[in-house]
Amino acid sequence: MSEAVMTDTGDVLPGDADGVVADFAADKQTFHVPWGKAMMWFFLLSDTFIFGSFLTGYMTVRMSLRDAWPVPSEVFALSFGGEPIPLILIAIMTFVLISSSGTMAMAVNMGYRGDRNKAFWLMMATAAFGAMFVGMQAFEWTKLIVDEGVRPWGNPMGAAQFGSTFFMITGFHGLHVSAGVIYLIVVGRRVKSGFYERTRGNYEMVEIAGLYWHFVDLVWVFIFAFFYLW
Amino acid sequence: MAYVAIADRDHELEHHDPTTFITKYIWSQDHKVIAIQYGITAVFVGLIALVLSGMMRLQLGFPDSFSFITPTDYYQFITMHGMIMVIFLLTALFLGGFGNYLIPLMIGSRDMVFPFMNMLSFWVYLVSVLVLLASFFVPGGPTGAGWTLYPPQAILPGTPGTDWGIVLMLGSLAIFIVAFTMGGLNYVTTILQARARGMTMMRLPLSLWGIFVATILGLLAFPALFVSAVMMTLDKAAGTSFFMPAILSMGQQLDHQGGTPILFQHLFWFFGHPEVYIVALPAFGLVSDLLSTHARKNIFGYRMMVWAILAIGGLSFIVWAHHMYVSGMNPYFGFFFATTTLIIAVPTAIKVYNWVLTLWQGNIHFTVPMLFAIGFIFTFTHGGLTGIFLGNVVVDLPLSDTYFVVAHFHMVMGVSPVLVVFGSIYHWYPKMTGKMFNQTLGKWHFWLTFLGTYSIYLPMHYLGFQGVPRRYFAMGDTEFMPESAFALNQSITISALFVGVVQLLFLYNIIVSLKNGKDAGPNPWKATTLEWQTPDTPPKHGNWGHELPEVHRWAYDYSVPGYHDDFIPQNVPANAAPAASEHGSDT
Repeated sequence: MSEAVMTDTGDVLPGDADGVVADFAADKQTFHVPWGKAMMWFFLLSDTFIFGSFLTGYMTVRMSLRDAWPVPSEVFALSFGGEPIPLILIAIMTFVLISSSGTMAMAVNMGYRGDRNKAFWLMMATAAFGAMFVGMQAFEWTKLIVDEGVRPWGNPMGAAQFGSTFFMITGFHGLHVSAGVIYLIVVGRRVKSGFYERTRGNYEMVEIAGLYWHFVDLVWVFIFAFFYLW
Repeated sequence: MAYVAIADRDHELEHHDPTTFITKYIWSQDHKVIAIQYGITAVFVGLIALVLSGMMRLQLGFPDSFSFITPTDYYQFITMHGMIMVIFLLTALFLGGFGNYLIPLMIGSRDMVFPFMNMLSFWVYLVSVLVLLASFFVPGGPTGAGWTLYPPQAILPGTPGTDWGIVLMLGSLAIFIVAFTMGGLNYVTTILQARARGMTMMRLPLSLWGIFVATILGLLAFPALFVSAVMMTLDKAAGTSFFMPAILSMGQQLDHQGGTPILFQHLFWFFGHPEVYIVALPAFGLVSDLLSTHARKNIFGYRMMVWAILAIGGLSFIVWAHHMYVSGMNPYFGFFFATTTLIIAVPTAIKVYNWVLTLWQGNIHFTVPMLFAIGFIFTFTHGGLTGIFLGNVVVDLPLSDTYFVVAHFHMVMGVSPVLVVFGSIYHWYPKMTGKMFNQTLGKWHFWLTFLGTYSIYLPMHYLGFQGVPRRYFAMGDTEFMPESAFALNQSITISALFVGVVQLLFLYNIIVSLKNGKDAGPNPWKATTLEWQTPDTPPKHGNWGHELPEVHRWAYDYSVPGYHDDFIPQNVPANAAPAASEHGSDT
């Protein structure tokens, strides 16, 4: 069974599975989206396999170890004068990054409404959250390296692979966030200057940047689950 | 606001033609120029790899006769030969070369969707090639770890090139993956989103189906190689132990501890097996078009061919550990992977039957491209059948480290795709240059190459059954190897050198024909696909002049009864020709 869908231009497209078949069998284009958006989806699919390989690699290494794995809730604990609170920094980082996804979604909304100013400021807020995340990650790395003596090739708490996988995976993710911050600033400035108004007449670029940003967020959820909670 | 497809707003877009020499031929964003840049670079590194294989054969055929080939050199030659041929020649040539050239022309678009990124893709590829070739000139030379780069030996002293070579190799691979990703995203998006009016996915020529699915495989498989390259670089440079167990090297206990070498093999082959099909699927596609065009007959079972390509692409992700039967992994894995491996034989066999049935009762023209295409059916069937031997665990175990494996993979993913490369270059040469090559020289090139490769690889199967081990610098005096094995090795070497020299015929032909070739005209093979219907030959920037083409039929309307020609181009309207074109679905 399929339900028909009316597009903005008045074309009637079949819904459900029939719609998928109709899209794929259509001439001219398979997905009714701009090129950049389609390409971003394919890139993210490819990037998923990169992070997937990193995480499966990490899990394989961890499972085939005989040395004890350091307890994440103790390593990643922070004390503010009193008892150490497990995973408190990671919790804040995760909260910041998830919040940035919220401001990003609002920026996309404002972009489509044509509110350039609000879209710009929301994107800057997203970038600021991203920068905060990277800053806290830098703090976390410093603490581990300087105070706890964790190195890629070894650490005092247990298996050497703890440091190797930690620096490799969070580092690679941190690079993604940093690149995303730069990307957001570039797109945001163009939103503000009216560049997209002149060249395309729409703000799809904001949504494409948003796709990337949400993806980086989503990846963090998996890193959080597999690295910090396991 | 609904998005308006490019084919419907072509008139609104401005087309800027490049004017200076540099923007036309060097920093060009035109897919045709980029394709030729990719092609020339790939063929150039391929020639280097060919010379390396000749050096290896000299040593194997006449051991101890050539003082300039040391064991160290030999392992470096093996490694560089394999890696260059698989990645920097075949992957780059099929996707960067043919993909770039054919995709926009065959789907009827003006260029790739992101021409600038397409240009970057080539230049980054060139950087990866230069980094790779730089390893010949660094202290210690290139890595000699074998093209599979298995740790721990790849980064331990004792293997050639562990100081610089391996780092440059891994770096070069990572750069190549970046280049491929930029190109590959373009190819996929262009095929899906920028087709001409009337060009549905099920009207695409099979060449594009092959290139399309191969590109998707690349986008999903190269990440595993990227990750393993990053991890091994860290093991080498930062002293981590992802792949390194506790190990004694030259009497010294190393600092590494607790890593798992098998993880590298899994990551490598998760990339490595789809890589086989990244090379094979474009070859399948191109050869289908060659056979259909030169047999003047529609491809047999178009839909089945498409589904077979998709099925092979999907299955290729769940067969990787058949490369690892001897690695010491859990034996139960072997059962699973043997099963999936043998299942791949089904869609592959469908394709081979369909090629043969396309020829059946066709009006076969033995042109040069056709000879190469038919040659491919032989070598591919041959290599595929030995693959069924090796897919079985118990048969693989004794054969795994012998010349049988060398013969198998050279037949199936060396010779076969290369024959298609030659056939396709000959086939599209008139479109790319406007000139016809010398047919007689082309036929000599085919017969000498085809028979020559058989005289190289058939005896290797026999050597494998005798237990002659692969990757050995010298065999020495071994009891189980009869004297005849050495004689056979000499004969293989002579054939290999001969075949290597024969390729000069090809180079001579395509270079001299640029100047001396006769004008080929727009459609010398009387082919139906869109690239032969361009207003100019070779096609100019923007490909189609003022109007984008419109597609009215599938790509295989050959010898349709009741039409004045034996082919109907895809852009001929339905009312101008018999409605036979709708039989694209009747298989």
